[in-house]
Amino acid sequence: MTNIAIFGVTSAIAQATGRLMACDGTRFCLIGRNAEQLEIIKQDYLVRGASDVFVFPCDLASRTTHQDLVDNIMQSVGQLDIVLLAHGVLPDQAACEEDPFEMSEAFEVNALSHMSLLTVLANVMAQHTKGTLAVITSVAGVRGRKSNYVYGAAKGAVSIFLDGLRHRLSSTGVQVLDIRPGFVDTPMTADFEKGPLWASPEDIARGILKAIEKRKDVTYLPHFWWWIMMIIRHLPRFVMHKTGL
Amino acid sequence: MRRQTYKSWGNLPFGKQKVIPLLSRSDPLPTLSEGETILPYGNGRSYGDSCLNTDGALIDTRYLDHMIQFDRERGVVTCESGVFLKDLLTLLIPDGWCLPVLPGTQFVTVGGAIANDVHGKNHSQFGSFGCHVLQFELLRSDGRRLLCSPTQNEVYYHATIGGLGLTGVIVWAQIQARPISSTDLECETIKFSGVEDFFRLEEDSQNTHEYRVAWIDCLSKGTALGRGHYSRANHADGRRVSRDSLLWKKRISFPLTPPISAVNKFTLQAFNSVYFHRQRKTIRKDTLSFETFFFPLDHIRQWNRMYGPRGFYQYQCVLPMDQACTGVTTLLRMIASGGIGSFLVVLKAFGDCAAPGMLSFSRPGVTLALDIPNHGQRTLDALSRLDEIVLNANGALYPAKDARMPPDMFRASFPRLDEFIPLIDPVFSSSFWRRIQPTSQSGDER
Ligand SMILES: Cc1cc2nc3c(=O)[nH]c(=O)nc-3n(C[C@H](O)[C@H](O)[C@H](O)COP(=O)(O)OP(=O)(O)OC[C@H]3O[C@@H](n4cnc5c(N)ncnc54)[C@H](O)[C@@H]3O)c2cc1C
Ligand SMILES: NC(=O)c1ccc[n+]([C@@H]2O[C@H](COP(=O)([O-])OP(=O)(O)OC[C@H]3O[C@@H](n4cnc5c(N)ncnc54)[C@H](OP(=O)(O)O)[C@@H]3O)[C@@H](O)[C@H]2O)c1
Repeated sequence: MTNIAIFGVTSAIAQATGRLMACDGTRFCLIGRNAEQLEIIKQDYLVRGASDVFVFPCDLASRTTHQDLVDNIMQSVGQLDIVLLAHGVLPDQAACEEDPFEMSEAFEVNALSHMSLLTVLANVMAQHTKGTLAVITSVAGVRGRKSNYVYGAAKGAVSIFLDGLRHRLSSTGVQVLDIRPGFVDTPMTADFEKGPLWASPEDIARGILKAIEKRKDVTYLPHFWWWIMMIIRHLPRFVMHKTGL
Repeated sequence: MRRQTYKSWGNLPFGKQKVIPLLSRSDPLPTLSEGETILPYGNGRSYGDSCLNTDGALIDTRYLDHMIQFDRERGVVTCESGVFLKDLLTLLIPDGWCLPVLPGTQFVTVGGAIANDVHGKNHSQFGSFGCHVLQFELLRSDGRRLLCSPTQNEVYYHATIGGLGLTGVIVWAQIQARPISSTDLECETIKFSGVEDFFRLEEDSQNTHEYRVAWIDCLSKGTALGRGHYSRANHADGRRVSRDSLLWKKRISFPLTPPISAVNKFTLQAFNSVYFHRQRKTIRKDTLSFETFFFPLDHIRQWNRMYGPRGFYQYQCVLPMDQACTGVTTLLRMIASGGIGSFLVVLKAFGDCAAPGMLSFSRPGVTLALDIPNHGQRTLDALSRLDEIVLNANGALYPAKDARMPPDMFRASFPRLDEFIPLIDPVFSSSFWRRIQPTSQSGDER
């Protein structure tokens, strides 16, 4: 039996990823704040072939509950093989520039809640000799840009956290995977006009599975974002400041 | 909320629309401002403007993609309306079930398949998609959720099947699958030399072959007029069902829209001629995999881009059997002489199964479909000439493919229109619907 826990499973990318794994012999723990939608996803995975599904309704921004949450999960399934952290919000950058509370709220969900969960989960996973801790960060975390540095800073913080965690767990055989998607067409980005750089949640899901299989550390999805971010990261500041990026 | 360019398959230039995704099957419809209209959007595989609502809003159903229940014993599957036929097939096939009706692409949603009451290559045996819909939930703008079946809210059931998305949002649907012996198909392809031969082959094959379709070389004239390939097939015997047959090993994609259409006089001549002669023998027998047989076009993602930025029209008509032979011949003659060439001219027969929808397109007769590059007014004029032939033969055009039929033509060929109109949801409308309103009353009927 493969035990899979997905935090923020109501996310379009996370749901698609779970779907690809839903087959005989997989058991899911689904965590999200929308209890009704969790039941819908549970039914979906069961029909598609998952062996068993447990749901844990929980607002992941409330960090004080994280230890209990993970304890409950462990009680249900005993061991975790694959953990995916996917929840997140895309804050309104302009609003964050006006209001420090708005800014820290976004940081709370996108960074602190991830780090808090990872702290608890790492201690569980460290007892194993295998398994995967996968976290969706973003290409936005690679360099601060005026159009969304609040979101980017939170994602970047998680990436650095994962770097350190990977270092810490390197002797255990646990994979720590940093997933950095580019533009993905999901409810989070519903209001954006889409162009050729945009990927579907299913594309990203396939990439995530492949990266888990290949036991990668960091993956850009789709892969061409590695090239794009390579360029953006190395743009001299005076050039960067002339762009609207 | 920004306006977005959602397109239909023909890539014809239509305006932008507000897009509102429905995130959950328990969500209500959005609150609209005064005078604003909405239309459900599946996967935009309709060719014209029936899935678009320019200057209005689209309710994107893509997140209604959850399975709800699958009774493996009885072959009854319940799912949300945004589920692709591809995903249903992936679920059904390993247990020996299949969808009874399959259109030429599997990237169609269940909601879209119901709202156009789509047909496949086996109409004479299985009718249209709607014939296999046991029940569905219809969400209306007044908040009501109507459970519709042949025995409950029947009028809405018959209005919504083939109802072009105008009666409300189909939230989920329950479908009766049919068993199959194999995902492989035993297929025979027969070269024929004219329209009359097609009808003869149809008569010979209708009791022996479930799937039947013909491709016609639409550029041949004179004595070669109406020559083509007739293909007929059955599921192979011997319980071989393979899930792998559903996944193209590698799909290729038409990456970008070329600045001008790649479809022109020369490529068309070459294609039609090579395609006709590719088969030497008069009869060829093959065992084909599921996808090769049903969805050859899905092999190239976004093939519609080859028509360039101006897009293309599809013209699909149905002619009643008694008029079919002369009608099709006249149409082909007009197509060959008018120079409106096409890669794909497809001819299929519809059987006598009564379609369940008030506005269903399929009806006893023969249906002809062709793709035509958009050359502006010249193309529109040529298509109007085809309309006359279709109207004279008491035929009809398929709204799922249409972007230009005149209002009179629609009214003349959908006799249950007046029964349908009162069942339209008051805030639902589409570009298609506004276009086919009689000009004198446009505005008061949405
Ligand atoms: C390559 C190709 C081959 C094809 N072959 C065939 C064929 O063989 N036979 C055939 O019949 N058709 C065929 N078609 C046409 C296609 O099957 C239909 O246009 C189909 O309805 C498209 O479904 P969609 O999910 O893309 O819906 P859309 O095109 O997005 O919408 C179609 C209609 O359904 C309505 N709708 C969508 N979802 C809902 C919902 N949840 N509730 C209520 N209304 C809804 C829309 O408002 C619209 O009126 C083909 C199309 C292509 C591109
Ligand atoms: N879309 C992109 O372009 C893109 C690009 C790079 C990275 N990402 C990242 O990918 C991940 C998945 O996002 P998505 O694109 O799939 O968007 P999405 O569908 O909007 O998913 C985001 C999910 O996070 C959940 N969530 C937010 N706050 C939560 C909380 N406090 N507790 C529990 N759940 C919470 C939301 O739940 P509710 O449904 O209950 O609101 C929502 O389901 C996110 O981390 C995002 O930052 C996305």
